[in-house]
Amino acid sequence: MSDPFFTTAQLEERKRLRKFVNDAILPHAEDCDVREALPLLVIESVANAGLFGRHLGIERSGWGNLTAYGLLHEELARACSNTRSLVTVQDMVLAALHRWGTAEQRSAYMTPLTQGKKIAAFALSEVNAGSDASAIEATAVASADGYRLTGRKNWISFGEIADLFLIIARLNNQPTAFLVDGRVSGLHRIPIRGLLGLRASMSAEIVMEDCLIPANCLIGGAGCAMLTILPTALAVGRYGVAWGCVGMAQACLEEAISHASKRRQFGVLLCDQQLVQRLIADMHVKIGAARLLCWEAGQRMVHDRGKADLSLASAKYFASTAALESASSAVRIQGAVGCASGSVAARHFRDAKIMEIIEGSNEIQQLTIAQQLFTSRGRG
Amino acid sequence: MGLSSTTGISSEPVTRIRAFLFQTLREESVGDEDDIFATGLVNSLFAMQLVQWLEREFSIEIQDEDLELRNFSTVAALAALVERIGNRRASDCP
Repeated sequence: MSDPFFTTAQLEERKRLRKFVNDAILPHAEDCDVREALPLLVIESVANAGLFGRHLGIERSGWGNLTAYGLLHEELARACSNTRSLVTVQDMVLAALHRWGTAEQRSAYMTPLTQGKKIAAFALSEVNAGSDASAIEATAVASADGYRLTGRKNWISFGEIADLFLIIARLNNQPTAFLVDGRVSGLHRIPIRGLLGLRASMSAEIVMEDCLIPANCLIGGAGCAMLTILPTALAVGRYGVAWGCVGMAQACLEEAISHASKRRQFGVLLCDQQLVQRLIADMHVKIGAARLLCWEAGQRMVHDRGKADLSLASAKYFASTAALESASSAVRIQGAVGCASGSVAARHFRDAKIMEIIEGSNEIQQLTIAQQLFTSRGRG
Repeated sequence: MGLSSTTGISSEPVTRIRAFLFQTLREESVGDEDDIFATGLVNSLFAMQLVQWLEREFSIEIQDEDLELRNFSTVAALAALVERIGNRRASDCP
């Protein structure tokens, strides 16, 4: 019987991805977490495998095969959320560039980014601007030579190594996006260490001290970043994170089943104990539900855009919750083993907590879901 | 298709845009010339839905040349933008 949700070609590609991930990503995942860095070897492997930019459609306003793209994120995150994050962030910038970039900007950056010859970072968050993106304080001032950027961006994934930044700053008090070369004078990076999760995503604080950038760096319209760049980039981010959460939860389920099938307590294997069986059953059902919500979101983003925001918010909200619950259950089933240094479940547990926050916190997803429902119903 | 009494812009987009703002913002007193960004009527969640809604609702595609904030700032400006893109598309057709 054929799979009701995935084509034979998608399932074959998934097999190839799984082999790639098991060979090239998984062996480094623990070390990346401990060292708080993705080695160049991993980044090059991802680039050489052609994993950047797979979401892009032929048309500028369209998407590619988002179901296959989702499976890519599931497989990457099953092994390493930091590597998944590398692809997601790169693809957020690529999506904004593809949809809103000028011909000159696309010509300059699309190929190096899809080939992984340049690494991109998306610089929106600030100390005082997280969920409320309109609260950003970084400024851009038009000058005779272009624009001068001043301010600080915080928790910027891959900010430590990025060659290109997509930076949101206020121009004439309105949020505006700029493509900024990482080598520009006055831009400094302060690596952020000791994060709870996504520890190898090379987060940095980006300090801009009167950075002069050319006028052709503005992207998506002056004052229009909230209308153009952010929705495009964040849709990719939310979709990638949601599918990644499915992969993390699946990895936790497999860890838990493996442990419970070998570990004996009170003379009985854990897998034969009903309280453990209940945890396993809940994990399985929630992973399945999360995967279907992600699948639906991908379908709606391509075929039914009127309900895409609702589906996307639902998928990200549910999948990230399921990932954290699954990771928590896996740690609980493994007991001290799950809490020990080097525990896969513990790493996913820490990373899963971050998933509830990034690319729109779950509270923002809940607001979006409710607002979409009220808007579609109409008033009165 | 009628004309808006104040702007001369086709009333049909105006009506649909008004309805969207009304449903989304829960604000009944948005005038056609009120700047929805300057008056603080809209938040970032609304702003992020606006372009996608316009493109979907009117089957248009916003282009680089349309990306000026004033095109999105009032009901009248949004309706004029929809008309301009529609006319541009019509003139592009062989």
